Amino acid sequence: MIVELGHFALTLALALSLVQFILPLWGALANDEPLMNVAGPAALGTFAAVAFAFLALVHAYVTSDFSVLNVVENSHTLKPTLYKISGVWGNHEGSMLLWVFILALFAALVATARHTLPLRLRALTLSVQALIAAAFLLFLLVSSNPFTRVNPAPFEGQDLNPILQDIGLAIHPPLLYIGYVGISISFSFAAAALIEGRIDALWARAVRPWTLTAWVFLTLGIAMGSYWAYYELGWGGWWFWDPVENASFMPWLAATALLHSTVVMEKRDALKVWTILLAIVGFSLSLLGTFLVRSGVLTSVHTFATDPARGAFILGILVFFIGGAFALFAWRAPLLRHGGLFAPVSREGALVLNNLFLATACATVFIGTLYPLALESLTGEKISVGAPYFEATFLPIMLPLLFLIPIGQTLAWKRGELLGAAQRLMGAFALAIAAGLAVIAITEGGPVLAIVSIGLGFFIIFGAVSDTITRCWPKGAQLGVVWRRAVGLPRSAWGTTLAHAGVGVVVIGIAASAWSTEDITLVKPGGRVQVGPYSLRLDGVFPRAFGNYREEVARFMVSHHGRDIGALEASKRLYTTRGMPTTEAGIMTIGLGQLYVSLGDNEADGAIGLRAYWKPYVTLIWLGSIIMAAGGLLSLTDRRIRVGVPRRRIHVAAVPAE
Amino acid sequence: MRGLSITAHCAPHRVDGGARCARGALALSIALLLVLVAGFSPARAVEFDEILPDRTLEARARAISSGLRCLVCQNQSIDDSNAPLARDLRLLVRERLKAGDSDAQVRAFLVARYGDFVLLKPPMTGTTLLLWGAPFLILGGGAVAIALGVRRRRRQAIAVPLSDEEKARLKAALGAE
Repeated sequence: MIVELGHFALTLALALSLVQFILPLWGALANDEPLMNVAGPAALGTFAAVAFAFLALVHAYVTSDFSVLNVVENSHTLKPTLYKISGVWGNHEGSMLLWVFILALFAALVATARHTLPLRLRALTLSVQALIAAAFLLFLLVSSNPFTRVNPAPFEGQDLNPILQDIGLAIHPPLLYIGYVGISISFSFAAAALIEGRIDALWARAVRPWTLTAWVFLTLGIAMGSYWAYYELGWGGWWFWDPVENASFMPWLAATALLHSTVVMEKRDALKVWTILLAIVGFSLSLLGTFLVRSGVLTSVHTFATDPARGAFILGILVFFIGGAFALFAWRAPLLRHGGLFAPVSREGALVLNNLFLATACATVFIGTLYPLALESLTGEKISVGAPYFEATFLPIMLPLLFLIPIGQTLAWKRGELLGAAQRLMGAFALAIAAGLAVIAITEGGPVLAIVSIGLGFFIIFGAVSDTITRCWPKGAQLGVVWRRAVGLPRSAWGTTLAHAGVGVVVIGIAASAWSTEDITLVKPGGRVQVGPYSLRLDGVFPRAFGNYREEVARFMVSHHGRDIGALEASKRLYTTRGMPTTEAGIMTIGLGQLYVSLGDNEADGAIGLRAYWKPYVTLIWLGSIIMAAGGLLSLTDRRIRVGVPRRRIHVAAVPAE
Repeated sequence: MRGLSITAHCAPHRVDGGARCARGALALSIALLLVLVAGFSPARAVEFDEILPDRTLEARARAISSGLRCLVCQNQSIDDSNAPLARDLRLLVRERLKAGDSDAQVRAFLVARYGDFVLLKPPMTGTTLLLWGAPFLILGGGAVAIALGVRRRRRQAIAVPLSDEEKARLKAALGAE
């Protein structure tokens, strides 16, 4: 019964979203206030209906209702409850439902942000958002219904793909989805601005928290996915330039650019048309990623048969929204008034360069991902574009951008002074050079690029910190003044500092991979393997059973200079329902580095094959990402952009404009 | 996030391909999530018995193999893949190196056999000119466009003030002071 109600709720949500699309749009065009006011309640209603449908599916999973096909195919009574819940979105239909759920959630949040948004902008934004929701609801109902029943119901389900039975599935997709769908809000705002034919600093201020929210979650989602791949795949890599990864990385690059261009628009009333374009491109890339992955165009003929109807449907949605948005852009953008002139050497000038580099980086990933496909369909020629291509093109674009971060942050708005900025950054630069030299001294050399990158990472961190210090600490000021200034500094300024420092941390983590060591070897019980500065002793291999899998565990004792520092277990699992093997890497975090052990085949003489790595400072890659996201969150709490709170302008005299 | 490479192990000629492909299918069925960590299979990649005793030769082999595509996989190097073909290619690379080939000769040998498709870093040819040139064209083109825009803006330098109506709306929208 609940299942049928869930199905009904989806249909209801479709109807409501159509109402939410049509009436407010009509109201905005006819300048009819009551009609525009329909948007809010309709959005809340759509959200309630979709939330009910989502909970109905969760209920079916938790109670192992095997009369529902989706549950049969992806669940099992023995599965731990956490994975029963995360299994809801561990499949196509459920993941689409999650997508729509978050879409509706965001619309509901916009609907409640009544005080911060002008009525017409809110009505138009919610209208566009409703159209997106309607398209995906239709897709769910027509070709991906998660509530399809099966008769007779089997006694047991087929279990979830073991690789997905991981805490990663509970965290990663929701984070990433919030990011993707959050960009849809920026898209809807952009479309609304185009329909309305006006865009100003107020628009920028309204859209920024949403973009920032999307960006924070996208950052966390990608970092989490990267870490999941790292520990689950077992060969120690954390980024592969795989089309699926690129599909999530492109919207991130676009969102990062959008975040920065919105600041310019808010402060200087410039880059309007470009910002609108970025918002459209950002969500278009999200849709494109959805299509690429869903339709299977990027997988080879060796892959399974994807349902062509679904691929075609998503392609339809993609063409409709991207085509429609660009058509709207071409038609209406010339109406938008260009504003703001600015000097090239200024904060906004640096932000324009930031956008240039980010847009180029995004385009490079786009071209690298799609070029083989385009070339093959045009000429029949087959080429591969893999990690070496991206490393050769992406890095030369990113390095200057990274170097720009502290400089841009130090430049003043309107008219900056390069010399002054350079002087203020001297300290940070000197410290970064010292850090680079220290690395050379400690490691006795290493790849030049890695050492330069470490220096660069430190430059970004010190630059971010020194910028904050100069703002809080005028020469000869007393501590009380410094404290008042630090407190008076807007949270968004602290957020910027933190996020930029996070970038530096990530850069250092990536560069440090140049010093990781690997050993592929055979070891017998009692035998030792030396990896980097650590020694592993295989204490034994024993079987273990747990819920829906059995595993063979190899237990190692890790020691450093002859002193035992702890045990590490790596295992090979067999998930009984599906008869599928997986390897679970053994990971020990020591300081900021990780010892990583992955098991291979057993030999006849009792020895086991293993790959062991020592990865110094590898955790900085993910810690840095978390710091970046924390910076974004901190910035979100800035009272000037807090969502849904009536804004009061506070005059802070002592703080220079950021 | 290895998503699409699930197909790695779905080589049709494989006897046990069925089970693995089913796994790939499942992982891809969640693909929309872009979750795709999809690890699919015990990572063995380079195995102990393949390693050459000569360390420098082995290092060269690893460097070469990380740039060669596992042909039945999705964007995966033979260094990372446990598909049997990848293993065969790894052994082949090592054989050629032992026979005294240079790195370039090994790559040329494989390209002669499998075409450019085997190289993860596509060579610069007529058809890939755009692929390699595009990033730098975009960067350069963008820089020129920005420079021209700034110059034009400067010439036009007229500040347009808000109209009274706009000022009123702004005040209203900014809420109670």
